[in-house]
Amino acid sequence: MPHSFASSRILLPVRPWFIGLSLIAALTLNFLPTSAWPWMPDWVALVLLFWSIREPRRVGMGSAFLLGVLMDVADASVMGQHALAYVLAAYAASSLSRRILWFPMAQQALHVLALLAIVQLIQLGARAMTGEEFPGLAYFIGPLIGALLWWPLTFILLLPQYRPVDRDENRPI
Amino acid sequence: MDYQPPPFFKRGPAPLAQLSFYAALSLALIFIDSRFQTLEILRQGVSLITHPIQRVVQKPVEMLQNAAGYLSGMDSLREQNSRLERTHVENATTLLRAQHLEAENERLRQLLEVKESKKAQGRVAQLLYTVRDPYSRRIVVDKGQQDNIVPGQPVVDEKGVIGQVTRVFPYVSEVTLITDKDQVVPVQILRNGLRSVVFGVGNGRLELRFLPNNADVEKGDLIVTSGLDGIFLPGLAVARVVSVERDASYSFARIHCEPLAGVENFGLVMVLDPREPLDLPGELTEKASKSKPADGRGKAAARNERPRKE
Repeated sequence: MPHSFASSRILLPVRPWFIGLSLIAALTLNFLPTSAWPWMPDWVALVLLFWSIREPRRVGMGSAFLLGVLMDVADASVMGQHALAYVLAAYAASSLSRRILWFPMAQQALHVLALLAIVQLIQLGARAMTGEEFPGLAYFIGPLIGALLWWPLTFILLLPQYRPVDRDENRPI
Repeated sequence: MDYQPPPFFKRGPAPLAQLSFYAALSLALIFIDSRFQTLEILRQGVSLITHPIQRVVQKPVEMLQNAAGYLSGMDSLREQNSRLERTHVENATTLLRAQHLEAENERLRQLLEVKESKKAQGRVAQLLYTVRDPYSRRIVVDKGQQDNIVPGQPVVDEKGVIGQVTRVFPYVSEVTLITDKDQVVPVQILRNGLRSVVFGVGNGRLELRFLPNNADVEKGDLIVTSGLDGIFLPGLAVARVVSVERDASYSFARIHCEPLAGVENFGLVMVLDPREPLDLPGELTEKASKSKPADGRGKAAARNERPRKE
């Protein structure tokens, strides 16, 4: 069942602690020593995009900036490289959020692919500014995998918001 | 006068205003960090949050690796042990001889009144993790400010030079490998003492630059540090030449080298103590202090301590 606005399913309101927990989980996934696999998706970017699309009033550019600075320190990259990329992606996601959620899952994933590619391209630009080499095409496989993970991610992150399914004859929904 | 209706919902500043604020802040961070390197304090502060998480996340990975090692069993351990014992005995003669030679060398140097060469001393550090970005060749080791590590210290393993400490955090420090792009080590060729600098290329290889086409370099030559930088001790093994291309249309030969140390795969490394800059001869310092009072030496020392990444 596609869990978009077009679906008939009504979700419970999101719990703020769950947003924080999922973002921290994404950070720890990013901290895993996966330097041997350049195709690993950027989990923080993915979860951040998810919440900026779903809850643009709770997760926005401020959290994107903070997470970006954390990633910069952990990744030993230039200060502000991840921050700039995440801030711009969060802006694009929150301004597109009303539009994206009306699409079916596959087309939502296409939107997310474009946003993740923007994240990657901005980081590439920041690296070029500080005179580092071109990292190769494997750098752009991460966004593809991230977009493919959009459907399972949506399912998992929306699990706590599903109503218990108890059929009531007298209730319309 | 135009009146605006009160907003129904409190939404904070407009998205575009937020965007321009945060984007400007990030751009300023990028600019300041890449040009002036003055954000190390901020980095150290944030690292107090991120490094514990990174350590915790590493634990399961380490445990998996340890479990694999545990299962690999007695046989491989026994084999490794016997191999280590053999190399230990093989090296013992060289070691004894080296101690003898060092003592002799010291006596001869005293006779000749040459400055005494420094012994390599340092502390062993454990590799914690490589940074996540697969294209930057940096590693993080478990010694930091608490162990008096300073930026610029050379890092070696049992076979040769690995890199240099470039950032120091309270409990860990970051080492830039010699294979990182544009990481420079002043070297000489062991066979004939020809001096040059070796540059990291970024793909695990090194390149010996600025040697003319007719320079006496052959495949298989051993390259050691020259010590001219005042950072690396002279004579540490760095690399071996793997190919020499001499093209008459270029003025310099293209010389590719392979690092000797296990630059990209290792567990324990040695962080060498920072080298004291040698004193200038007396008459030079007098002249310098006359022309420029008390500033020259301090500046030279400060320059020597800085990491060599340019």
